[in-house]
Amino acid sequence: MELLAFGKTGWGDELFYATLMTVAVSVTAMLVGFLFALIFTPLKLSKYKTLNFVGNIYTTVIRGVPELLVIYLLFFGGSGAIMYVASIFGYYEYIEINAFITGAVAIGIISGAYSTEVFRGAIQSIDKGQFEAAKVLGISKFGQFYKIILPQMLRLAIPNLSNVWQITLKDTSLISVTGLVEIMRQSYIAAGSTRDPLFFYSFAAVLYLMLTYISMKLINKLEVKYSRGY
Amino acid sequence: MDFDLMFTSFPKLLGATVITLKLLSASLFFGLFLGLFFAILRLNKNIFINKFAYGYSYVFRGTPLLVQIFIIYFGLGQIEYLRSTVLWVVLKEPYWCAIIAFTLNTGAYTSEILRSAFQTIKPGIIEAGKSLGISNKIIFYKIQIPIAIRQSLPAYGNEIILMMKGTSLASTVTLMDLTGVAKYIISTTFKPIEVFIVAGGIYLFMTFVIHNVIKYLEKKYSFQQ
Repeated sequence: MELLAFGKTGWGDELFYATLMTVAVSVTAMLVGFLFALIFTPLKLSKYKTLNFVGNIYTTVIRGVPELLVIYLLFFGGSGAIMYVASIFGYYEYIEINAFITGAVAIGIISGAYSTEVFRGAIQSIDKGQFEAAKVLGISKFGQFYKIILPQMLRLAIPNLSNVWQITLKDTSLISVTGLVEIMRQSYIAAGSTRDPLFFYSFAAVLYLMLTYISMKLINKLEVKYSRGY
Repeated sequence: MDFDLMFTSFPKLLGATVITLKLLSASLFFGLFLGLFFAILRLNKNIFINKFAYGYSYVFRGTPLLVQIFIIYFGLGQIEYLRSTVLWVVLKEPYWCAIIAFTLNTGAYTSEILRSAFQTIKPGIIEAGKSLGISNKIIFYKIQIPIAIRQSLPAYGNEIILMMKGTSLASTVTLMDLTGVAKYIISTTFKPIEVFIVAGGIYLFMTFVIHNVIKYLEKKYSFQQ
């Protein structure tokens, strides 16, 4: 137990902050994913074949390629791409992106592909009559989406989004390869310096289990909230 | 775009794909049996057996695969006793450690898929079997299992694809699978996009093949023929 003590003697405080880091990366990645979903869901639902194609390429490629490969692409290619864009604007200095942003964007791209599929499914299963009724009542496009489609969509999407959240949370363990100090990386460091990998990796597993358990409980509450009246 | 690099790295990556496929097929093979075993335990009425099977699937589905591989590869070697047993022959090889971790992981997901498939079988089918005087054992092997396998095909197809992506984690325990070799080429040439296109293309091709095989099987074994 002294291995987990807080302060200089143990790894308790380090692992505590690492857990917060995992949560922070997961939440950021999930939000980045929503941004991607916001762009690609309309593309997938669009009437135009070309836009459909673009949307399908995104979800198919990201869901068919290992997460680790996407992370390596961004980790090794991320700063190069940013520097290329900066060079167009006449900035030639070396730019380094920090590990948090790389990780959150990489995992965000992945979780965005799953979110896109969830939102597409949810919107498609809303009754056509709802769209028509909103139009007939003369509600603006924004009001249609915000007041009529979104609340109904969320009820259908939340159970599946909870799965996406679990996937995202577990995927953040992979960005430890880029050196961001989250649970996995911290356990790796602790295991290396104490020569006790069994204990620290098992403890990491417990931390992840705790996170998935807590988030499941919270999401269940949300589910109840959004399915009022059904 | 460096097309030369794409051409020269293609055979290397293709060679590494063999290891990926080996890992995938071995872990799916063992995982299917493990999953079936735990699915049967889940249906058991004994609450302890039931809870044990639920705990297994909960733990392996609630933790990242990376943690599981690290516990098995780095963690188990720490136990002195294990090193003196026959098991050590297996556990010191990263290849077998990866297969064990993947098997346990896919076994957990497969057990959930099969359990829900068993539960959707209509009681009428089992009753029909019983009224024909077929023994419980034969009802289970000849009626319940084939129907459950057919029911779980779509979900199991997804699991195969997830597992194929999961094998990329073998590269973190020094195995040179498709992702491992891709990472090696990226870190020596610093051309991530080209390598990503080739390696990602191979992965997508495998996804495509698996997807279509499952679709074919679904059609072949559908109830309405």
